Amino acid sequence: MADVTTTPGGATTSGSIKVAGVPGEFSQPADARSEALASYDVADFPVPHGREENWRFTPLHRLKGLHDGTAEATSGAIKVDVTAPEGVLVTAVERDDARVGAAGKPVDRVAAQAFSSFGKAGLVSVPKDAQLTEPIRITIHGQGGVAYGHQVIEVGAFAEAVVVIEHTGDAVLAANVEYLIGDGAKLTVVSVQDWEDTAVHAAQHTALVGRDASFKSVIVTLGGDVVRLHPRVIYGGTGGEAELYGLYFADAGQHLEHRLFVDHDTPHCRSNVAYKGALQGQDAHAVWIGDVLIRAEAEGTDTYELNRNLLLTDGARVDSVPNLEIETGEIVGAGHASATGRFDDEQLFYLQSRGIPADEARRLVVRGFFAELVQQIGLPELQERLIEKIDAELEASVG
Amino acid sequence: MATLEIRDLHVSVEAENGPREILKGVDLVVKQGETHAIMGPNGSGKSTLAYSLAGHPKYTITSGTVLLDGEDVLAMSVDERARAGVFLAMQYPVEVPGVSVSNFLRTSATAIRGEAPKLRTWVKEVKEAMADLQMDPAFAERNVNEGFSGGEKKRHEILQMELLKPKIAILDETDSGLDVDALRVVSEGVNRVRETGEVGTLLITHYTRILRYIKPDFVHVFAGGKIVASGGPELADQLEENGYEQYVKGGAAE
Ligand SMILES: Nc1ncnc2c1ncn2[C@@H]1O[C@H](COP(=O)(O)OP(=O)(O)O)[C@@H](O)[C@H]1O
Ligand SMILES: [Mg+2]
Repeated sequence: MADVTTTPGGATTSGSIKVAGVPGEFSQPADARSEALASYDVADFPVPHGREENWRFTPLHRLKGLHDGTAEATSGAIKVDVTAPEGVLVTAVERDDARVGAAGKPVDRVAAQAFSSFGKAGLVSVPKDAQLTEPIRITIHGQGGVAYGHQVIEVGAFAEAVVVIEHTGDAVLAANVEYLIGDGAKLTVVSVQDWEDTAVHAAQHTALVGRDASFKSVIVTLGGDVVRLHPRVIYGGTGGEAELYGLYFADAGQHLEHRLFVDHDTPHCRSNVAYKGALQGQDAHAVWIGDVLIRAEAEGTDTYELNRNLLLTDGARVDSVPNLEIETGEIVGAGHASATGRFDDEQLFYLQSRGIPADEARRLVVRGFFAELVQQIGLPELQERLIEKIDAELEASVG
Repeated sequence: MATLEIRDLHVSVEAENGPREILKGVDLVVKQGETHAIMGPNGSGKSTLAYSLAGHPKYTITSGTVLLDGEDVLAMSVDERARAGVFLAMQYPVEVPGVSVSNFLRTSATAIRGEAPKLRTWVKEVKEAMADLQMDPAFAERNVNEGFSGGEKKRHEILQMELLKPKIAILDETDSGLDVDALRVVSEGVNRVRETGEVGTLLITHYTRILRYIKPDFVHVFAGGKIVASGGPELADQLEENGYEQYVKGGAAE
C-alpha cells in the first residue's frame, strides 16, 4: 500500500499509514489535523513559534509578519481582475454573507488572520445547470505591500466551470479561497503562483464537494520567496470526487510548501492526489504534506496520493510527508507513495551518447518527469503553457 | 575512410580505497567496414573500454589517446563523440521515464544529422527499421527502456544504430540475455548496417555464440584490462574449445 523512498542527503521522505484498531507505530497521523483547532478568529490561534507540527517546515521569519499580527494591510497591494463569461455573477460581498466561510473555517493562524482582516470577499457564482464554454479568469497582481483576501467560488448544481487564477508581481498575501460545488457540478480550478522572487503567499483553499460533484484542482507553484498553500477537501454528499494535481519548481532560496488535507467524512467518495516537484539551487526547499483521513462513516472510499520530487542539484531539500489514517475497513482502496530522487546522471549520459546536447537532454528528462502529470491535467491549452514554464525554469538554471 | 585509433589507453575508476586502474594499455585500430570481436571473461574491462570510448564520466583516462580520423575523441563531450560518429549499444540501456521512444529517436536523429529529418520520410524510415527488427509499432509510444524486456532493450539499441548510422559502433554484449530468435533478429540488424560498409564495428562479447551470425574480420582476447591476443576468426573457435583459461592463468589477468 505504501511506497516510501528516502534519498539520503538533502531530502527527507517519511510517511505513515495508520489503521484504526491496529496499534500505531506512527506518531503523527492525519488525526492531529482533523482534531485541530478551526476558527474564524485569529485570536483563537497562538502565534506559532515554529515547532508546531503544522509550522515546523515553514521559515516563519520570512512570512513578513503574516503569522504574528504585525503585517498591516496596505492599500493597493494587489490588483484583482475577474473576467467571466456571461451569466456568471461576479461581485463583492460582506463577511456576513452566508457563503463566506461556508466551506470551512480557517485552520491555522495565518488563514484566520486573513479571515479576520479582509475587507470584502470576492464572489464568483456560476448558476445551476450553466455549462461554461470559456474559463473564468481571476488575475491577482501584486503591486507591493500587504493584502488579506477572501474569495468564494460557487458552482450551482449540475453546472460546469473552469476557473484559472494567476498570481503575479510582488506582494505579501494571506487569503482564503472557498469552492462551493453544488450537487452534480464539475469545477476545475487552476491556480498558478508565478510571483516575483520576493513575494510571500499563504493561502487556505477549501473545497466543499457536493453530492456526485467533481472537483479538479491544479496547483502550479513556480515563483515567490515563500509560498505556503493549504488545499483542503471536504465532501458534502456521497459520490463526490476530487482530483488534486500539483506541479512546483523551486529555485535557489525558494520555500514552496503544499499541505493537503482530504477529509473523507462521507461514504462513497473518491480522491486522487498527485504532486510533482523539481528543485534546483542552494536552499531550494519544497515541503509536501499529504494528509488523508478516512473517517469511520466513510465506507466505500477510494483514495490515492502521490508525491514525487526531482533534485536537479545539490543543496536543495525536500520534505515529503504522506499520512493516511483509516478508521474503517469498508473501503475500495487507499494508498500513498512518496519518493525523492536525484537527477539521474545515467539518463543524461544515455541521451548524450545519442548526440543530444547536455542542456537539451536535461530538458527531456525533466519534461519526462512531469509528463504523466501534465497529461493527467487534461487541459490542452494549459499543458502547452506548463511545459513552456518548466522549460523556462530550467533555462534559468542551465543557462 | 573513418578510422578509430586507440593507443595505450589506461583508465581508472574511483573505488572505495582510491582510484583503481581497470584498463592497462589498450591498443586497437578499427577501420570503417571492419568488424572486430573483443572477447574476454567477466570483469576483464570490456565495458570499461566501451564506456571510456563513449565518454562516461565515471571513467578517468589516465593516459593514452583515442583518435577518430585524427580528431581527439577524448577531448570531446559525450554528445560530441556521438555526433562525430561514435555509437555505443549499451549492455544495460538506461530507462528514461516520461520520454517516448519516438520523441527520443527523433531528437537524437536531429542532433546526429544536424537537422530535423523530414517528418514523412522519417516516420517511414522508423517504421521500416522497426519492422525489420520485428518490433511492434506500439513500441514507439512507450517510454525509453521503461519496462522493456531484455530482448526489447537490445532491439531498441540496434534500432538506434540503424537510424543513426555511426562510423564506429561499439556493441557491448548485445548478445547476452537474448534467446536464439532474438539473437538472430538483432544480428541481422547489425549485419544490415555492416553491409553498407560504412561502419567499423567493435563487437564486445563474452560468448562465441553471436559470431555465428556476425562474422568478425578480427578477434581479440581481452583479459586483465588489455588485449592479450589477436587473430582472425579462428581465434574464436579456439576460445570456443578451450575457454579463457590459458589467458587468465597466463598472467595477463590481474
Ligand atoms: N565504479 C567501479 N568501482 C570499482 N570497480 C569497478 C567499477 N566499475 C567497474 N569496476 C571493476 O572493473 C572491472 C571491469 O569491469 P567491466 O569493465 O564491467 O568488465 P566486463 O565488461 O569485462 O565484465 C571489474 O572488476 C569491475 O568490478
Ligand atoms: Mg561488461
